[in-house]
Amino acid sequence: MTANWQGNGGLVAATVLGLALLLALPQIVDPVMMIELTSYVIMAILALSLGLIWGYGGILCFGQSAFFGIGAYAYAIAVINFGDSTIPLLLSIVVPGLFAALLGYFLFYARITDVYFGVITLTVTLILYKVMGATSGSQYVIGVAPLGGYNGIPAVPPLNLPGRPDAALSFDGLFYLSGLMLLAVYVGLRLMLKSRFGQVVVAIRENERRAELLGYDARFYKLVTFAIGGAIAGLAGCLFANWGMFISPDVFGLAQSAQVIIWVIVGGTGTLLGPIVGCFAIQWVATKLGAQQLLNANLVLGTILIGFVLLVPKGVVPTVSDALRRLKFRPYVATLVEQRRVP
Amino acid sequence: MDLLVVLSFEALKAVASLALISVGLAIIFGMMRVINLAHGEFLMLGGYAAIVATKAGINIWVATLLVSPLVVGVIGMVIERTIIRFLYGRPRDTMLATWGLSLLLVGLATTIFGNTTEGISAPAGSLQIGDYRIAAYSLIIIVIAVVVFAAIWAVFRFTRYGLIARSTMQNADMAAALGVNPSRVYAVTFGVGAGLAGLAGGVMAPITGIVPTIGAAYVAKAFITVIGGGPAILAGTVSASVMFGAIDQIITYLSTPVIGEVALLAAAVVLLRFMPQGITGRFFRRAA
Repeated sequence: MTANWQGNGGLVAATVLGLALLLALPQIVDPVMMIELTSYVIMAILALSLGLIWGYGGILCFGQSAFFGIGAYAYAIAVINFGDSTIPLLLSIVVPGLFAALLGYFLFYARITDVYFGVITLTVTLILYKVMGATSGSQYVIGVAPLGGYNGIPAVPPLNLPGRPDAALSFDGLFYLSGLMLLAVYVGLRLMLKSRFGQVVVAIRENERRAELLGYDARFYKLVTFAIGGAIAGLAGCLFANWGMFISPDVFGLAQSAQVIIWVIVGGTGTLLGPIVGCFAIQWVATKLGAQQLLNANLVLGTILIGFVLLVPKGVVPTVSDALRRLKFRPYVATLVEQRRVP
Repeated sequence: MDLLVVLSFEALKAVASLALISVGLAIIFGMMRVINLAHGEFLMLGGYAAIVATKAGINIWVATLLVSPLVVGVIGMVIERTIIRFLYGRPRDTMLATWGLSLLLVGLATTIFGNTTEGISAPAGSLQIGDYRIAAYSLIIIVIAVVVFAAIWAVFRFTRYGLIARSTMQNADMAAALGVNPSRVYAVTFGVGAGLAGLAGGVMAPITGIVPTIGAAYVAKAFITVIGGGPAILAGTVSASVMFGAIDQIITYLSTPVIGEVALLAAAVVLLRFMPQGITGRFFRRAA
């Protein structure tokens, strides 16, 4: 009972802290940094989606940017056609979710091992990159939206109030919306992981065969987790298309897929805070690197990835919290462990 | 009739290229269970080695067939000793580390060579078939692929190194008890796989040209081929290359190269749905 209360207390505290940051940051940060910060927040949603399926679902997806990109393209194409952004927003979540479900059906139900799964999802992303890049002719049009090949789709209309295309979202508005979405996804995932469904998902990660012997169809649970992750990534893609008012096949590129992985592994798998922290930290480093010409960004990101895999394989957040526990809160943790032992 | 000859020749060339760019990966994965996501970058390095050597005045055949594999083979061994060997038995971490390596190598190549396409011209003329003209270099690629596969087979089947390597992969402890140094075998095998990737990169360089990011164009195809092929290294690579290369070429002929690649991928996903162990997991199980 006590442990449960503490868990909810932590969740409430996180929500309050998140809302406070959301309201305070625009007041204290300068406008240029706000633009950067908005993209960090959007990417953090993408990082969370991978944090869910990799860290909790145990699914090694190397192509999370595929769903991100599909969401962005779905939004851009639909909003150019419809004018109003309500249905396009929904499509940007549903289409990648369905795509993930379809892909997941073929892969999970074939019981492909996780390593192969990583390779195939990566391949799907790279193929999408090529396909979207090859759509530069005037014959490649969906409705009235030209796909534009490697040049992408420029001038993507922003989100608006439902049913009122003239009431478009301002740039500050996008920050608040993205922040709220990040918070909502975070809280939603926390609650989902506490639910019966989430417990089964984690059980499958821990020991798939045992979970199956207890009567849970691991393939189905993985499929649903994967689809949820795809849908969340699609939402991030929609916000990203709003942020840049532009979308190009680069979202499917190798660099983008690698970035998501790096955020999650640096932050720490098996936590939800980790991917957010990793995303903000790495994006900040990448921004700083982009401002100078001395070191190539790929070079640094690659070195970070190798370094973390070899030296800090658990990621920052779990390592730090483990260290803190060992140093300071030993009695506290001891009581927690005691409580857990009670059947 | 002439068209048919030309088309089958093109299909054969596609199969040979696919087999060439995949075989290094197949050896590293099949022997060592290491999924090397930096494979595309090994090909890229092989291409640059060939270009730099050719521009330095070395004969182009020596450059592509000798310099590329040697340079990349040595780089591969260094990488195995510094990164990969700490990660044996941890396939996920190996994938992540080699992905980091892939980014690092792209960054390094961009820093050194710049983000522009470099090329060398293909060192052979063309052949006349009826009313059609085909590049003689395509024929050379087919020959190289056949020779490389025959050589690999012979090395693993008949030489002392081949025997030691195969035994070490089966049971490293037993091999060590018999006086083999497993870590040296691992390093050499990784080097051989990297060298073959380098060779493929060198051979493909005159056709494709080389940019630092060219690895991404190869890596997807190579992985699909190796996974589709299944556990038998050579038979798997060849059978998957034949299947995917033929699908790619036929669809490309009927529509566009991009649709051809999509068909290749779709075929691979569907194939794995019904044969999760790959082609040689289902058929010719006893092949090498």
